[in-house]
Amino acid sequence: MTALLQVDGATLQYRTKENLVTASYRVSFSVHKSDRFVILGPSGCGKSTILKAVGGYVHPVEGTIKFNGAPISAPGPDRVFVFQEFDQLLPWKTVRQNIVFALTASGKLTKQEADTRAMHFIEKVRLTEFANNYPHTLSGGMKQRVAIARAMAMEPEILLMDEPFAALDAMTRAKMQEELLQLWDDAKFTLLFVTHSIPEALRVGSRILLLSAHPGQVKAEINSQGTDTARVEQLLFGEAGGGAHA
Amino acid sequence: MPDQRPEVFRTASATFPVVERPLGTWERLYGNGTARKAILLLVLAAAWEIFARWRNAPLLFPTLTETLAALQHSVAVGELTQAASYTITLLLKGYAAGLLFAAVLTALASATRVGADLLETLTAMFNPLPSIALLPLALIWFGLGNGSVIFVLIHAVLWTVALNTHAGFRAVSPTLRMVGQNYGLSRVGYITRILVPAAFPSILTGLKTGWAFAWRTLIAAELVFGASSGSGGLGMYISQKKNALQIPDVYAGLLTIIIFGLLVENLIFKTIESRTVRRWGMQV
Repeated sequence: MTALLQVDGATLQYRTKENLVTASYRVSFSVHKSDRFVILGPSGCGKSTILKAVGGYVHPVEGTIKFNGAPISAPGPDRVFVFQEFDQLLPWKTVRQNIVFALTASGKLTKQEADTRAMHFIEKVRLTEFANNYPHTLSGGMKQRVAIARAMAMEPEILLMDEPFAALDAMTRAKMQEELLQLWDDAKFTLLFVTHSIPEALRVGSRILLLSAHPGQVKAEINSQGTDTARVEQLLFGEAGGGAHA
Repeated sequence: MPDQRPEVFRTASATFPVVERPLGTWERLYGNGTARKAILLLVLAAAWEIFARWRNAPLLFPTLTETLAALQHSVAVGELTQAASYTITLLLKGYAAGLLFAAVLTALASATRVGADLLETLTAMFNPLPSIALLPLALIWFGLGNGSVIFVLIHAVLWTVALNTHAGFRAVSPTLRMVGQNYGLSRVGYITRILVPAAFPSILTGLKTGWAFAWRTLIAAELVFGASSGSGGLGMYISQKKNALQIPDVYAGLLTIIIFGLLVENLIFKTIESRTVRRWGMQV
């Protein structure tokens, strides 16, 4: 089976006002269809930058990132992002309009079809009674559910999630992880998920890429089945036990 | 070692002092912005009337009743309505032209870095320049007529609207920008469907300020040059009435400008606000 996403020796850099920062160094991995692929690493390992490169927002200075065999050049609706920030919904549109707009603006569906599909996914994330609410009237967890519904409604080839639950409280977070897995059971979509939480990686992921920090380099690529927190910590932080990076 | 304390269990009470009660008339009135403002206006009007009667100098400060009578008379003979409609037509033309130029300049600024530099430099140069100071020059360029007035109106509106819109665009969060790009929108679609609504609070501020600047500039231009150019607007009406020492009519002219200001602010801008930025939770 060929990979949907093939990252080969990708080095990613970004500029701040004073410095040129290497976020990740010669990272290689491949994501297959229906994978729940998690990129796990401490702050500063360039995991978000890798996700942005797959999204088409930044480009590798070395190596290649190929999607369906072709290099990624620009953002597009075949790779849909779910961000960590709550402000990713358009505040001037209701929950329903947010999803409809995503579908029509990307030219995927006509208005009528988009509306039907929007309601279907709003129901899936159990927000039917809030369909006509504006985002500012929703809680953080509800906003993230809308963002997930919006991304899933677009039926992208790969769903890119950048710590989507990081800003949520622990109880909501656990529930959202559960819901995401249920949605995956229904649709078996391909997921590329970034997190710095080891328990979250183990819960959400089927395969986990472990990165070191400053700059990010691949330490291991493991299956989450049969892996526990201790093994991940061991792989990430070596003999030291990992207290320093937690 | 903390004390070992027993665990506590309670059942929720079924009776409450107040769960929901309708507000009284006074509370409702106070909670209604329109009512509050109307009362405030009545108080100001009463203050005017009382002060003018106490001062008793009709040539300096006529009473509100005298002013209203003059206003009614001027409207009845059609003098004031004509002047006002002339001024408003000119104002709308100048405002619309100013907005058009501002849109072009801001689009340019959001498309290229040079465009942004150009906008910032031009704004820094011309925004502090009072429009009325350009009128003598405009009269040389465009002659005694509406052309020169529209030119100064464009100058009054353009910079503040462009500046606010540009600032609003730059304040759009990186997340929303990335979301917009993710949909694969065209350049124009990205500006009109993501940047403009996201920057709408700033744009609205620009529109309001631009409107106020346009009014001031136009009335000033009409006061100074209206008589000489032979065009009849509110400014000229005020100036002619002053020359004829019909002071209540001068006040009636000023009051007309004030009434238009109140109407535009409370009917047009407030409506736009409550239907957009307030509904979207971008402004409380």
